[in-house]
Amino acid sequence: MTPFEYSSPASLNEALGLLGSSWSDAVVLAGGTDLISLMKDGVFSTKRVVNVKDIKDLGGIHKTGHGLRIGSTVTFDELASSPLVRGEYPSLHEAALGIASPQIRNMGTVGGDLCQRPRCWYYRGGYGLFAMKDGKSLVPNGENKYHAIFGGGPAYFVSASSLGPALVALGATIKLASSSGSRTVEAAKFFVTPSDENGREIDLKPNELVTEILVPSASGVKNATYEIRQREAIDWPLATASVALHMKGSSVAKASIVLGHVAPTPWEASQAAAGLAGKTISEDTASQAAEAAVSGAQPLSQNGYKVQLAKVAVKRALLAAAGKAHTAHHA
Amino acid sequence: MPDTTTPNYHWPPMADRRVIGKSHSRLDGIQKASGAAKYNSDIKPAGMLFGAILTCPHAHARVTSIDTSEAEKIPGVTAVRVIMGPGKEVQWGGAEVASVSATSEEAANDAVKAIKVEYEELPFLVREDDISKAGNRAKAAGEQVTGDPDKAFQEAAYTHEGDYGIPVITHCCLESHGNVVAWEGDKLSLWPSTQNVSGIGGDLGRAINVSAANIHVHQDHIGGGFGSKFPADLWGVEAAELSKQSGGKPVKIFLDRKTELLIAGNRPSAFGHIKVAADKDGKITAWESKTWSTGGLAGGGLSADLFPYVYRKVPNRRINHTAISTNTGSARAWRAPNHEQVSYLTCSAIEDLAAKMKMDPLEVFLKNADLTMREEAYTSQLKKAAELADWKKNWHQRGDSGSGAVKRGLGIGVGTWGGAGHASQCQATIHPDGSVEVELGSQDLGTGTRTIIAMVAAETLGLPVSAINVKIGDSTYPPSGASGGSTTVGGVSSSTRKATVNALDKLFAAVAPSLGTTPDKLEAVDRRIVVKGDTSKSLTWEAACRKLGTNKISESGENNPRTAPREGLNTGGVAGVQIADVSVDTETGLVKMNRLIAVHDCGLIINPKTAESQIFGACIMSVCSALFEERVADQQIGRVLNPDMEFYKLAGIMDIGEIIVHLDISPENDKRGVIGLGEPPAIPGDAAIGNAVANAIGVRVPQLPLTADRVLAALASKGGNA
Ligand SMILES: Cc1cc2nc3c(=O)[nH]c(=O)nc-3n(C[C@H](O)[C@H](O)[C@H](O)COP(=O)(O)OP(=O)(O)OC[C@H]3O[C@@H](n4cnc5c(N)ncnc54)[C@H](O)[C@@H]3O)c2cc1C
Ligand code: SF4
Repeated sequence: MTPFEYSSPASLNEALGLLGSSWSDAVVLAGGTDLISLMKDGVFSTKRVVNVKDIKDLGGIHKTGHGLRIGSTVTFDELASSPLVRGEYPSLHEAALGIASPQIRNMGTVGGDLCQRPRCWYYRGGYGLFAMKDGKSLVPNGENKYHAIFGGGPAYFVSASSLGPALVALGATIKLASSSGSRTVEAAKFFVTPSDENGREIDLKPNELVTEILVPSASGVKNATYEIRQREAIDWPLATASVALHMKGSSVAKASIVLGHVAPTPWEASQAAAGLAGKTISEDTASQAAEAAVSGAQPLSQNGYKVQLAKVAVKRALLAAAGKAHTAHHA
Repeated sequence: MPDTTTPNYHWPPMADRRVIGKSHSRLDGIQKASGAAKYNSDIKPAGMLFGAILTCPHAHARVTSIDTSEAEKIPGVTAVRVIMGPGKEVQWGGAEVASVSATSEEAANDAVKAIKVEYEELPFLVREDDISKAGNRAKAAGEQVTGDPDKAFQEAAYTHEGDYGIPVITHCCLESHGNVVAWEGDKLSLWPSTQNVSGIGGDLGRAINVSAANIHVHQDHIGGGFGSKFPADLWGVEAAELSKQSGGKPVKIFLDRKTELLIAGNRPSAFGHIKVAADKDGKITAWESKTWSTGGLAGGGLSADLFPYVYRKVPNRRINHTAISTNTGSARAWRAPNHEQVSYLTCSAIEDLAAKMKMDPLEVFLKNADLTMREEAYTSQLKKAAELADWKKNWHQRGDSGSGAVKRGLGIGVGTWGGAGHASQCQATIHPDGSVEVELGSQDLGTGTRTIIAMVAAETLGLPVSAINVKIGDSTYPPSGASGGSTTVGGVSSSTRKATVNALDKLFAAVAPSLGTTPDKLEAVDRRIVVKGDTSKSLTWEAACRKLGTNKISESGENNPRTAPREGLNTGGVAGVQIADVSVDTETGLVKMNRLIAVHDCGLIINPKTAESQIFGACIMSVCSALFEERVADQQIGRVLNPDMEFYKLAGIMDIGEIIVHLDISPENDKRGVIGLGEPPAIPGDAAIGNAVANAIGVRVPQLPLTADRVLAALASKGGNA
């Protein structure tokens, strides 16, 4: 690890003042479960690390007039054990519970989850975000069984965030602050596919930090997350689906279906969701939506199976949201 | 006529045993569970320096220049050594190029990063799964033919042909490889992580030109070895040299996880095309295997002579094997080397043949038991395992697993192993105050060796286990063999038995006069020395020992593998049968372990509890390798992509399912003496789990690990769901 300056401000303003115009000047540290490994592996280095976990304003989960406000330094464990989350947002609850191990759930934060870097083994091995060697991506002819089936490159990594799909499906917004003010971005727009290797997978500037996440009320919105991972625990999902169903009686008024770990961003299956309008959720309608959700997939040489997994995740998430079989949990 | 010159070393009859054969918790269990046990990777002798190794990022390269000047300037750095100088060829990624020592771990790591090496990259091969791409790196071993396989295949009622494969996997020792080394004058202290306390000093000594007598090895505990921790290794040599260059200060080098997974050993792969035939009754008549594998640069890998596995006496056989040399870290013994792979390929082909015949594979395995070397053992173990699995009720024809996405299946795997005791010397000392020490230059790999030694001594001396002070893990104790090949329990139990019998005879001789009898009339029971048949005449253990005055009794005992078979204390040759019970979600391709049933014999069992623990651990390793483990290498860049515990996956507690152990304890097995059990239970699981998945989903998933992609591909190949 290259030496760096460490600061631990107690106020948001102080923290913002310590950030710089590039990440090589300064970077935010939350739980450190991702940042420290990137720095130890020499994939990332910076001059200053700004710990934000001591800033009181960035913590806490509470109800607002419109829904829920989740501070960016809330840990996965706090999120998963919050009755406010479990009751109204099973989708978010399940997504948080599925992350890694109790140790990581105790340390890792919501803000860190949204801002963590991809786990692509070429990226982590020092080949850059686009896994380039001699001007060519290593992914299409390489070991791509964990890579994206949507997006079509040159970014083949998958968005690592498990909370992302749930937040996008629930229509959450993300609040960012910098020393020149604050702004709010829809979760769906926060995640971006970078156009160049030095880009970031999120709409975040070096001088900004995530302060809170606002999730609209989900009363009457049936929601669920279904994760498929190889191991029962401490494993990355191979595919996930988060769904939110705005109901009108027993039929769907408006649906949202978001796939996770299959594209460089949480992947919205808008057409599949639109197709559910006016329908009730059954094995048949769920299967049709699942089929539609993966219709544009462009699998690589080794990850065709993820198309099937994404499909199953959508079907099972829909059935779980509708309260029909498959409790919203990984297989 | 009883032989009065040689003492009677025989194990007491089953019915008379007070200590051995009864479960005893391991002596160091609490220490380990509470963290009090110190592993050598935990120790920090005063003034200890931190060593670090610069490794090569390329699969194959020549060093053209190496510049250590910046590294030497880093504050705290005490020594920098070049291992691969200009002109030297590096043959695999992760190979050691230079080493440094420094006063802090950070300085050592910074120094490693500051070393500038230029390489000329050379052509490489890092994958062997597709033999057609191996070119001249493939070396065929020549064909072995027995009987007339062509004729037998022609005449066979049923023939099955199939492709199978197991990738390279690693040992994943929780404590990585490494050591702490320090000089005191011309003497060296070595605190390694080793399976070879008595022998590692000599190994290091040869490399650095120091006599083994001048190297003192200490090791109380080891965090896993599984066959990968015998030699002193380059990190031992480097630590010694760095220490020397740093005024003899202790230097610690333990590999980081990445380097551990790259260069500290692995289990060779095995791929192959198998053909097997049977007559109309299911009797196996012919076998043909064309296999290949890699064990790293040396090629090697697999002993194809083991085909067909366990069912050795198939009359007509043709065996071909090709070793593929790859630019990857070298293979090392992996808990029953060769056997898992050969078991997997053999048992898979046999169950596929049974499926083709629409025969119950249990019947096929039973019917052919006369083709094994231990017909009765396999017959009874197959039946026992089937009974525990409720085979009759739960087995169904392949793929005949009802509606619903989740299918259940059962499958069988078999194994065999040697496990006779290694050379071992023990010194047993009885002190006048009644305390007892037994000393052996052995090691406890976590298998319970310490406990077993104490139990044997306690049994012989009529004392409780707690009265025995076991001293192992130090090279100044009498030499005992390396712990490999499941040879430790046989070796140390026999030498301890002999040493303690000898010591007790001396004690009998010392106290017989005061009990008014002769030594041959005495026995040691319940902390007393008693006149046989006359319990009124006895001395407490302490009173008896006081008769020694100021002299202690110190006697040795030895297990010599050459004479051991005659003596009958230990022997080799075990069988094992496992049945896996799995559920497969045919929509996701995820395999879930329900149960793994393991039936094993291992002769006389000294401590059933630790024996069962060995089987539990081995079964867990099988679940890992059958379902999750694989080394993933990219031929474009010559790198292993998953040298970490994130994408090199091992089972977690929730993935393991229920493990049901049955130890085949019987008077017949007991009579054979002690036999090792460390390795045999690691063998059949891969095959059993693979077969269970095939049974569940109706189609063979040819290659391990049975991950979602492979299971779904197999399902797709037979046209959709099971
Ligand atoms: C074995 C393992 C398995 C895992 N499995 C999963 C999984 O299944 N699903 C999943 O989603 N994750 C998984 N993770 C990743 C884990 O969720 C992340 O490491 C964690 O979310 C990061 O949070 P943190 O608070 O530790 O962030 P840090 O490591 O402190 O930071 C991560 C990044 O986010 C930035 N950052 C943090 N907070 C803010 C903020 N408030 N504003 C702006 N930038 C910020 C940092 O600068 C850094 O770039 C796994 C990790 C491991 C090690
Ligand atoms: S084994 Fe892993 S999870 Fe368990 S304590 Fe050690 S580091 Fe933590």
